[in-house]
Amino acid sequence: MHESRSQAVPVDPAAERAAIEAAIEQCRDLRGATLPMLHAIQDRLGYVPAAAVDAIAAACNLSRADVHGVLTFYHDFRTAPPGRHVLKVCRAEACQAMGCERLERHLADRCGIAMRGTTADGALTVEPVYCLGNCALSPSVLLDGRLHGRVTPERLDALLAAAEARA
Amino acid sequence: MSTTVFVPRDSAALAVGADEVAAAIAAAAATGGHHVRVVRNGSRGMLWLEPLVEVATAQGRIAYGPVSVADVPGLFAAGFLRGADHELRQGPTESIPYFARQTRLTFARVGVTDPLCLESYQAHGGLGGLRRALDLEPAAIVEQVVQSGLRGRGGAGFPAGIKWRTVLGAAASPKYIACNADEGDSGTFSDRMVLEGDPYLLLEGMAIAGLAVGATEGWIYLRSEYPDARTVLTAAIQRARAAGWIGPDVLGSGRSFEVHVRIGAGSYVCGEETAMLESLEGRRGMVRPKPPLPALQGLWGGPTVVNNVMTLAAVPWILQHGGEAYAAHGSGRSRGTLPFQLAGNVRHGGLVEVPFGITLRELLHEFGGGTASGRPIRAVQVGGPLGAYLPASRFDLPLDYEAFAAGGGMIGHGGIVVFDDTVDMARMARYAMEFCAIESCGKCTPCRIGSTRGVEVIDRIVAGRERAANERLLRDLCATMADASLCAMGGLTSMPVLSALEHFPEDFVRNGQACTPTR
Repeated sequence: MHESRSQAVPVDPAAERAAIEAAIEQCRDLRGATLPMLHAIQDRLGYVPAAAVDAIAAACNLSRADVHGVLTFYHDFRTAPPGRHVLKVCRAEACQAMGCERLERHLADRCGIAMRGTTADGALTVEPVYCLGNCALSPSVLLDGRLHGRVTPERLDALLAAAEARA
Repeated sequence: MSTTVFVPRDSAALAVGADEVAAAIAAAAATGGHHVRVVRNGSRGMLWLEPLVEVATAQGRIAYGPVSVADVPGLFAAGFLRGADHELRQGPTESIPYFARQTRLTFARVGVTDPLCLESYQAHGGLGGLRRALDLEPAAIVEQVVQSGLRGRGGAGFPAGIKWRTVLGAAASPKYIACNADEGDSGTFSDRMVLEGDPYLLLEGMAIAGLAVGATEGWIYLRSEYPDARTVLTAAIQRARAAGWIGPDVLGSGRSFEVHVRIGAGSYVCGEETAMLESLEGRRGMVRPKPPLPALQGLWGGPTVVNNVMTLAAVPWILQHGGEAYAAHGSGRSRGTLPFQLAGNVRHGGLVEVPFGITLRELLHEFGGGTASGRPIRAVQVGGPLGAYLPASRFDLPLDYEAFAAGGGMIGHGGIVVFDDTVDMARMARYAMEFCAIESCGKCTPCRIGSTRGVEVIDRIVAGRERAANERLLRDLCATMADASLCAMGGLTSMPVLSALEHFPEDFVRNGQACTPTR
């Protein structure tokens, strides 16, 4: 989780409040609800706003430090809105053996973004991931929750163009 | 008459267009007036052939692959619905040598059936283990698992039956079954294939574990990187519960077993059993010191069986066929089969379930067919990011836990990542330290600090700065991490680092730079 994301995407405080309330209500009766609540908020908003920390702490009878600790421990959680599309590029060994760093370089050249960056037009956020379990068909990426294998720079361009056309 | 066509829904197949192929087959069948029933099965594990389409014929299931949308009209024209010849025809699926040479106990149903179909599960032998377990006393169930010689498939290889016996003997209650489905090792996907391809198998194994130790709750910790597995598993739990296979009255026995799922959040160290328990309880994935053993004080403080997906998925077969039948396979103290996974730069990547004792060479060449790039294999990493890098001189080691460890390797979860001769092993060693720094939970100093220092020291060695002194420092650092880390994360990072240094020292001297003399 990184705080220093470019503010390419605007936030909506009213939507944030509604999502936090709904997520807490959904998970309130679960044992050990902190992690499920954070997931439920990010599932709704695409990120976990700062206000969520206070709200979860109050709902779970925890300190704000406890909740902040959980939020910042896990790589999945973002604290600022991502781009319209989220691309997770696998950097683990099997994908390295098939040249995944070519994809990273291609994204830097084509979109001007490094890992955990968002393009200036708010179209795309790129994040690293360590294994998608598709290691026999490397390199792999997850684009908006869909897995793709044997990804070349050309195929990545086509996937991103198709995603943007759908949006 | 309707023809049944199988198009996998395993995410590896989806990643290369299986959904699109299934839709194209359905559309072409409708246009051509063919009666076709498309079944979305799991994957047969011959992943280089995905999407692998199978047609049910009088001669059995005939495989075609890899099929793209563009191939579909040609397949219909050739008469693939009758099993006719075509350039993509691979013959009867179960006669393909890669498949025919395997011993599929755990993966017997994976790729054969519709993963969510309750009837197919039973028709192909499902629930036999659970029914047998319901007739046995808890201690007798545990005894079958002890006799089978089954060891933890997550990597540590601890005898499962001994762990179960400890939990059975624990006085405290409630007790829990915690399934580790946080398959984070690069090069591994066997858990995912069972979760997506035969999810009831895992639920059956967990229910048997519950009966064996007196636990009425099972918790599955599933990684967030597996969204398709989550969809299938969630649906499977609902259906199994509705069918009375799990829930308040397991198969009408009056015994209860509920299953809960929690989703991880991108942390590798949460695959370590105590960090996983912390995460299941909603907290940061900080490793717990042992003792107390999770078997005595685990999830929510109760006695807990923590087993990997593959361990629990082996249990139904063991109960159904008996512990001795399982133990009849294997070599040395490694009994039964292991689903190996061939990954990375390999021509025929996929899942190979065979008895322990096979050599790396057989797996890499006879199954794997060499590299995908066509270049020579230079190194393989066995057992995930914490496993050793091995050169060709070690390829004849038999894959059993003890023999492989004696040769400097670690089987782990059975993942084998292949690299060709373009790999830079100093870079891979550096990556191992970098990965440890990224994923360290931070609880113990050797891992938290040592990993970052390790990256720096490797950089200095590669840059040729005081090379000999820094190499000594790296070995010393690795020894400290191995001896003093709280868990395997810091403790085993030395394996990839030192094995790379040992077997590929030439990669640590870049461009023939002279080493600075040691002080």
